[in-house]
Amino acid sequence: MQDLSLHILDIAENATQAGATLIEIDISEDTDKDLLEISIRDNGKGMDAEMLKHATDPFVTTRTTRRVGMGLPLLQQAARETGGDLRITSESGKGTRVVATFQESHIDRRPLGDMGATLTTLIMGNPDRDFVYTSSLREEAVEVDTRSIRKELDGAMGINDPAVIRLIRDLFRKRED
Amino acid sequence: MAKLKVEDLKKIKESMKGTVNIRQGDYRVKITVHMGTCGIAAGARKLMTALLEKLEKSGATDIILTSSGCAGLCNHEPMITVEMTDSAPVKYVKLDPDKVARIFDEHVIGGHPVAEYALAVGSETTY
Repeated sequence: MQDLSLHILDIAENATQAGATLIEIDISEDTDKDLLEISIRDNGKGMDAEMLKHATDPFVTTRTTRRVGMGLPLLQQAARETGGDLRITSESGKGTRVVATFQESHIDRRPLGDMGATLTTLIMGNPDRDFVYTSSLREEAVEVDTRSIRKELDGAMGINDPAVIRLIRDLFRKRED
Repeated sequence: MAKLKVEDLKKIKESMKGTVNIRQGDYRVKITVHMGTCGIAAGARKLMTALLEKLEKSGATDIILTSSGCAGLCNHEPMITVEMTDSAPVKYVKLDPDKVARIFDEHVIGGHPVAEYALAVGSETTY
């Protein structure tokens, strides 16, 4: 994964696979502590204590299409490379929260990347789910809540309509390539 | 903080009036971008962005663009699957934005699969 936005896409896709109807992505920084924090919280099926213990083991996955699960271990590695870490809390039937912390100024801290592409990809792929994105970063502060957009559209068009997606995309300045 | 403006949403909603929005119901073509960890690491998001642009430009309302998880063919990523009503789904492998643009023009719009990017043609393979 080249940047943090790709990790976020991957973890949020996991949340949709876990049956979540609401996925909340929060990115914040603490400049005094030189800390960057990414939180991805879902209301999906969650994990029991046993599964949670093995969640960052690449050779543990619930998937049947392949035998390895790299998403969480890769994010854990990206966080640890900067002196940060990955914390996962989960409750069976309630949901999961993944929090990754980074030393923001660390030379190995990957750039944020194209969060607009991540968010629009998530919405295109999962128009029946809701996403709340909040970034309070100095480099790019954005707030998107598909629940209020959906309410405003009032069934006149889908949340995955290219015109709606364009509006969301234009809130973000960063573009990959 | 950048936020969506209600007026902007109202504007596009207004422009939709009178047109039938098939996107929320039936469709002629479904394009699925495989968005597992393997696909994402190999560049699947770029395909989604490229396809979104093509879809927006085409103005078509009978095409659904969506994503799915890992298809179990991680070494062939990034991949998409194109499903058209009344024909077999086609899995395209090892793609990039230029290749998906061509698939969009020739297969999704033109109806002719791009055989050279497909995983296999026919039902039997030996690899």
